[in-house]
Amino acid sequence: MFSDGNWAAILLTVKLASIVTLLLLIISTPIAWWLAHTRCRLKSFFEALVALPIVLPPSVLGFYLLLLMGPQGVVGQITQALGIGTLPFTFAGLVVASVFYSLPFVVQPIQLAFENIGENYLEAAATLRASPLDRFFSVAMPLALPGFLTGSVLGFAHTVGEFGVVLMVGGNIPGVSRVVSVQIYDYVEALEYGQAHSLALTMLLFSFVILLLLYTFNPNRRTR
Amino acid sequence: MSVRADIHARFKLNYAGFALDVDLNLPSQGVTALFGPSGSGKSTLLRCIAGLERAAGSLTVKGEVWQDETHFLPTHQRPIGYVFQEANLFPHLSVKANLNYGFKRQPHRHDGFSLDEIVDLLGIAHLLDRKPERLSGGEKQRVAIARALAVNPRLLLMDEPLAALDLARKREILPFLERLHEALEMPVIYVTHAANEVARLADHLVVLNQGVVQSAGPLNETFSHAELPQQASDAGSAIIEARITGLQPQWHLALAGFEGGELWIRDLSFHVGQTVRFQVMARDVSLALTADHSSSIANVLPAVVDQISDGDHPGIAIVRLKIGKNYILSRLTQRSLYSLGLSVGDSVWAQIKSAAIVE
Repeated sequence: MFSDGNWAAILLTVKLASIVTLLLLIISTPIAWWLAHTRCRLKSFFEALVALPIVLPPSVLGFYLLLLMGPQGVVGQITQALGIGTLPFTFAGLVVASVFYSLPFVVQPIQLAFENIGENYLEAAATLRASPLDRFFSVAMPLALPGFLTGSVLGFAHTVGEFGVVLMVGGNIPGVSRVVSVQIYDYVEALEYGQAHSLALTMLLFSFVILLLLYTFNPNRRTR
Repeated sequence: MSVRADIHARFKLNYAGFALDVDLNLPSQGVTALFGPSGSGKSTLLRCIAGLERAAGSLTVKGEVWQDETHFLPTHQRPIGYVFQEANLFPHLSVKANLNYGFKRQPHRHDGFSLDEIVDLLGIAHLLDRKPERLSGGEKQRVAIARALAVNPRLLLMDEPLAALDLARKREILPFLERLHEALEMPVIYVTHAANEVARLADHLVVLNQGVVQSAGPLNETFSHAELPQQASDAGSAIIEARITGLQPQWHLALAGFEGGELWIRDLSFHVGQTVRFQVMARDVSLALTADHSSSIANVLPAVVDQISDGDHPGIAIVRLKIGKNYILSRLTQRSLYSLGLSVGDSVWAQIKSAAIVE
């Protein structure tokens, strides 16, 4: 059903989305916790910053990430000094860009889940001798589990669906940055509609099934 | 009742529209009720003691400093048990796992109750495998009390544990609280706005109003202060703790003796030597200048007028009487007061129509 090139693109996409989702869970949890509990006046500022990729055209995000990570950019200077070289047009660069691009889709559900827990259970845990870290792992995490599930599914699906950022930061290199969405673009450019169809339809079904599962099994929606 | 002040709390807190300013010595035995209307600061005071609220001040419990100018022991390091108004059971854990949560985190595992004893004390053995969502309000609160005891606290704090429950559920839980009162040696601080809970459970009373302590002391003395809002009303009463000293089976009466006198009360299958608490309503106490044994009133006790204040109606006076070391209140008309010519320090005879066991 798929050509070797298509399989390579699918595999690359899944690899990218998996790594990005894992990184996002690690990065988003403390951000979401802080946003859910802070009384800092800068909260709105950081919330807006995190939400930016939702509204920003991917080409804008990609453009600035390209500048930042390029040989003249701040990040680029650092990576070069560290001997890694520059990140654009590498798989690592694509991962970094995707993390920024999908950040709000993971942070927001987790933040919402933390906010919904409220202070009561955490206070109860404190009176039962649980230290702050203990409270986080024994009470907050399990109660926020639906938020973590939603966040990882959305983060994964959104990374699978990115196109503009990939093109700006990763280019179109087979095995490095030619993900499914870019592959489809290539087929259409070359007027190979049959090949485009097989991938596009796969993406369509994948996205629908993901959302269907999310809406069906989200325990938050069932209990409320 | 002598009070050893082993808990010393001094807190100052200012919110918009609310200020707490207390300096209290509390006994390290028995149940202390923090009593007052909503907004009086009683829950806030309890949260300060637990470390859930950070107020300026100091707190020393049995010689240990929990808070002063430089130290603040966080909640999870304070040897307390806390029962919230809402049970706050962890919804993702079974009843058993809720109990275990605190039990396995207690610092000294061997000198407290065992889990089995606690489960037995609160009658929750049949609930252990359930999730909190499948418990009734009363069951939840019993589990919450058990969970607070499972950490083997040295001070038990209860924030209106019955307030969220209806009357039937309250009746279901009160006996368990009374059993706790008898079984526990640890001090309990109990926040409530319900006078009947104070009457049943407290040994010591702190009355709070608008963030300051209005009065504090042993239950009988403090509860009978005529300044307490409900005492001026028709529901005004005094609480006396007594010991059953005799029985008259043919009349179904029991004699309850206390410092300063004894009273015949209805015999509810008492046995001699049993400690009982009874409530004397102010409206059931009338006054006479001479002992009149010709009336139907069986209980006539010598008393001294301690305080005279106004009732909730211009025609009503509330007289606080001292009988031995105990106090009772009498509600009578201003006209009776005038015609008897009573003033503070006078000796009178208190005729007590009935005394009811607190329930």
